[in-house]
Amino acid sequence: MPQEFKLILKHLDNPGYTPDIECYLRHGGYDALKKALAIQPKDLPDGKKASPQEQIRDDVKLSGLRGRGGAGFSCGLKWSFVDRRSGKPIYLICNADESEPGTFKDRQIIHKDPHQLIEGMIISCFANDVKLAYIYIRGEMPLGAKLLNKALAEARAKNLLGKNILGSGYDLDIHVHRGAGAYICGEETGLIESLEGKRPYPRIKPPYFPAVLGLYMCPTIVNNVETLCNVKHIVTMGGAEFAKLGTPNNTGTRIVSLSGQVKRPGYYEIEVGKATIGQLINDPVFGGGLRDGHKLKAVIPGGSSAKVFKAGEKFKLKRKVDGKDVEQEVDMLDLPYDFDSLIAAGSMSGSSAIIVMDDSVDIVEALANISEFYAHESCGQCTPCREGSLWMSKTLHRLTHGEGRKSDADYLVKIADNIPGGRTICAFGEACSWPVQSFVAKFKDEFVAKGAADEERRANEKIQPKTATPVERKELATAH
Amino acid sequence: MSTAAATETKPAPPAIEKIKVKVDGREIEVPKLSPDHTGKLVPTTMIQATEAAKTDVPHYCYHPKLPVAGNCRMCLVEFGTPALGPDRKPVMNPDGTPKIAKSPRPAIGCATPISPGMEIYTKTPSVKQMREGVLESLLINHPLDCPICDQAGECKLQEYSVDYGQSASRFVEAKVHKPKAVDLGPRIMLDAERCILCTRCIRFTKDVAGDDALGIVNRGSYNTIATFPGLRFDNNYTLNTVDICPVGALTSKDFRFQMRVWFLKETKSVCTSCATGCNVLISSREEKIYRYTPRENDGVNGPWMCDAGRLNYKWIQREDRLKDVLVRGEKSSWTVALSEIADKLKQAPAGSVAIVASARQTNEELWLLSKLKAKLGAISDSVPRVGKGDNLLVDEDKNPNTNGARLTGMSFTEMGINLSKIAAGIARGEIKMLIVFGEDLLMNSVSGAKLREKELTSEVVSEHGITAELLGKLDTLIVSDILPNATAKYAHYVLPGCAHAEKRGSFTNRDGRVQKFMQAIQPKGDARAEWDFLHDLVYNVTGKNGFLTIEGLFNEMAKDVPAFNGLTWAGLGDNGVTVKI
Repeated sequence: MPQEFKLILKHLDNPGYTPDIECYLRHGGYDALKKALAIQPKDLPDGKKASPQEQIRDDVKLSGLRGRGGAGFSCGLKWSFVDRRSGKPIYLICNADESEPGTFKDRQIIHKDPHQLIEGMIISCFANDVKLAYIYIRGEMPLGAKLLNKALAEARAKNLLGKNILGSGYDLDIHVHRGAGAYICGEETGLIESLEGKRPYPRIKPPYFPAVLGLYMCPTIVNNVETLCNVKHIVTMGGAEFAKLGTPNNTGTRIVSLSGQVKRPGYYEIEVGKATIGQLINDPVFGGGLRDGHKLKAVIPGGSSAKVFKAGEKFKLKRKVDGKDVEQEVDMLDLPYDFDSLIAAGSMSGSSAIIVMDDSVDIVEALANISEFYAHESCGQCTPCREGSLWMSKTLHRLTHGEGRKSDADYLVKIADNIPGGRTICAFGEACSWPVQSFVAKFKDEFVAKGAADEERRANEKIQPKTATPVERKELATAH
Repeated sequence: MSTAAATETKPAPPAIEKIKVKVDGREIEVPKLSPDHTGKLVPTTMIQATEAAKTDVPHYCYHPKLPVAGNCRMCLVEFGTPALGPDRKPVMNPDGTPKIAKSPRPAIGCATPISPGMEIYTKTPSVKQMREGVLESLLINHPLDCPICDQAGECKLQEYSVDYGQSASRFVEAKVHKPKAVDLGPRIMLDAERCILCTRCIRFTKDVAGDDALGIVNRGSYNTIATFPGLRFDNNYTLNTVDICPVGALTSKDFRFQMRVWFLKETKSVCTSCATGCNVLISSREEKIYRYTPRENDGVNGPWMCDAGRLNYKWIQREDRLKDVLVRGEKSSWTVALSEIADKLKQAPAGSVAIVASARQTNEELWLLSKLKAKLGAISDSVPRVGKGDNLLVDEDKNPNTNGARLTGMSFTEMGINLSKIAAGIARGEIKMLIVFGEDLLMNSVSGAKLREKELTSEVVSEHGITAELLGKLDTLIVSDILPNATAKYAHYVLPGCAHAEKRGSFTNRDGRVQKFMQAIQPKGDARAEWDFLHDLVYNVTGKNGFLTIEGLFNEMAKDVPAFNGLTWAGLGDNGVTVKI
């Protein structure tokens, strides 16, 4: 039986659990920090000494922790890229710009258990010799910013932040910075630009890898809220113990944001890969199944930018059975919810947001909605994404407003094909084109049928096909 | 800017390690490091390697003298690097060549550094497809009205459309509409619909001109170049953004809709507005000048020039130009005037003649005057002309050829020091003949109102003692100038001269760089190039023949003037040669 495994969410929904520091301390809060600060230099077999910081970093590497923001990149590896010889200060930024549609996990932590994040940040900063860190919080979360600022003040009052933390000689301060409401600020280099007070244009890589040339051209670590919380638990449990959670190469727990037409939408923490998509949707402890009388149509497994799965889709996956590599056919619903299986199935777990669509959903309308979001959020820096995202959105708007053509399905894919695959500066190019590519590929008949119906209606009304959309796009025509 | 000129005199920098890369299968050797827009050595990029291989990689946002932005995506190329085995050693092909691991993702040439053994592919079908994709994206919301666009003929979007565009558009949606004819500043107009958002203008004004005046407002496809609300795009370098704008988005208010560019004749010249001597191209048609644009010379101005210098050409076309040879106020001919002047000069006793030569004259003309000066034992000087400078291009010295006047001996280290002596000589009656070239001695200062009339040039001529009363005492006053002035009214002989655009010659700039310029248009009326009639006069007075061509004259001068020894007209090339000053 799949079960929730509450590591990060352990206390925060319990009755009487409050976001203040006294409550956090009553539940063993900041013990992990005390443990981290008490680590002694260790002698290594080769005669060298491992500093406490190196020991924590090694433990995080050992834990196999992968970034919870979207890309699933190894946290230990990310930390190992940091240029520690430049002599410049190292910054750590907590990416709390949770804005991928369908995702609502970080805000639970920030609103209900902010000290868990702060403790994770202090330990991560200590492990990376960071003296100044920032929490970049989404502009639409004013309450979260308020709570974090209050929590930071409480931590400062208890000398958990500031000069000489708990007598250890280590100094650190953390500031909260509120975004102004742009999706692209969740892209780490866009976030850094925004934090520097500039327009959040993602930076070109090379040369601006944050680990070397990040905030103010200094080495910078950008980690997601959930990732930083995990660091606290790695220190508490030890990296080896943490790695036993989940499945190999997909360790630890993840908070899944489940939304759409299920009976029990919400956030559920599971051991990574220990529940399948089907279980997350249908099991009574998770989604509890679809609304009565409805059948599953599609699932977006990792936030709106992830490629969609069609109900009944089957994938051939390489699996280890009794130590041997075997190719198995797996139904979409039987895919374990982890990083690697979803990549192997051609999509991704992204920000671990599952969006469920039943047979009442008009798939063309759904894609039009997603596309409009990305057209609105494209920063407009580089050509393919700037022009392509709006083009696709305009086409879908036309298709959902009675001005479609049969050929629009192919037309959309051709537009989308010009955007991803390293043609853009950041991954937004993929984010805006993958939904279009996958929706049209998997539900092509619906797109064609809609366009054909429009053509037929126009023919009956003896209206010549128009070459330009007559539909006023008021919602997009307004400049922001 | 002038860093390259400075480095010319420094010892050669240590040799830069070279590495081998292949561009479309052809192996070339390129330096591991190359200068970035500030001149700092940074890893060489793929686009610099393809440039070295003479392979054209289309681009919009990349400009060698600006920080790299990487936003247009036109320079995407495919590449591969030598494959490494599990032992981190290169994997070899059966034929012994290193196996190349092709990157699954393309990379932008402008920002990706090269590495030894790298192979760059610029002609593969997928590179072509990517360029077509980018171009289509740029065109969907771009007005397709080239026939009425001022950029037509020098537009990168047009040029690359020929290479990578489709004959018909498949775009059936409504275009994004943006503001047109936006008054960005006193000299710049913006058509936001034509803008492809390459941000060259933003980077130029922020990082080169040092005026963070431009930015982008709105999001996504609605992005628009703008100034901060209420502020104008107004510094002395704004017109460079028109040059570097790859499309017709930014246009010069002075030039827009005046002339189709394909009708223009381009002549290599030098700006005369200050001692910097920025290299320019004069665009003219049918004896009319339409614009100056900077001509790239890394030793002087790079690819830039100031707005003041760029717009300082309208005086050449003024209706009231001096067009006639005047002898005692009456219209006469060159033959009469020159023979009369020669006779008077031949009879003049030593010490009775003074020459005021302008530091706006060419090296050749100043040298010819120095021949007269030597023969007549005359006293000479030039008039200092000073204005505001900046730390980029504009020099405080508003004379284009101060160093030429010094090197030919017509003036001295402290220019203008002899003017009061000349005044005193006239007052005492010792100096009876005065030859004035290109200067209005009665213009002592310029009022604020008049400054504005002079199209952004601000110049103040320093005070000297030569007054109208003194000019009236002279037996003979010979004046050569281009525009009518107060001094000419007192002149017995007025010799109409030429603007630099109407003749050939050379100037020596503030760093001692000798730069030649070519003739763009014909002189007005009877006006003749000064070197041309001076040559006649010198022959009449000294009996020594010179050369009838500017080439011969320059080479003769180079033999005679120590600082110019070894120079030849041909050897100056397009970018000039620096001499010791």
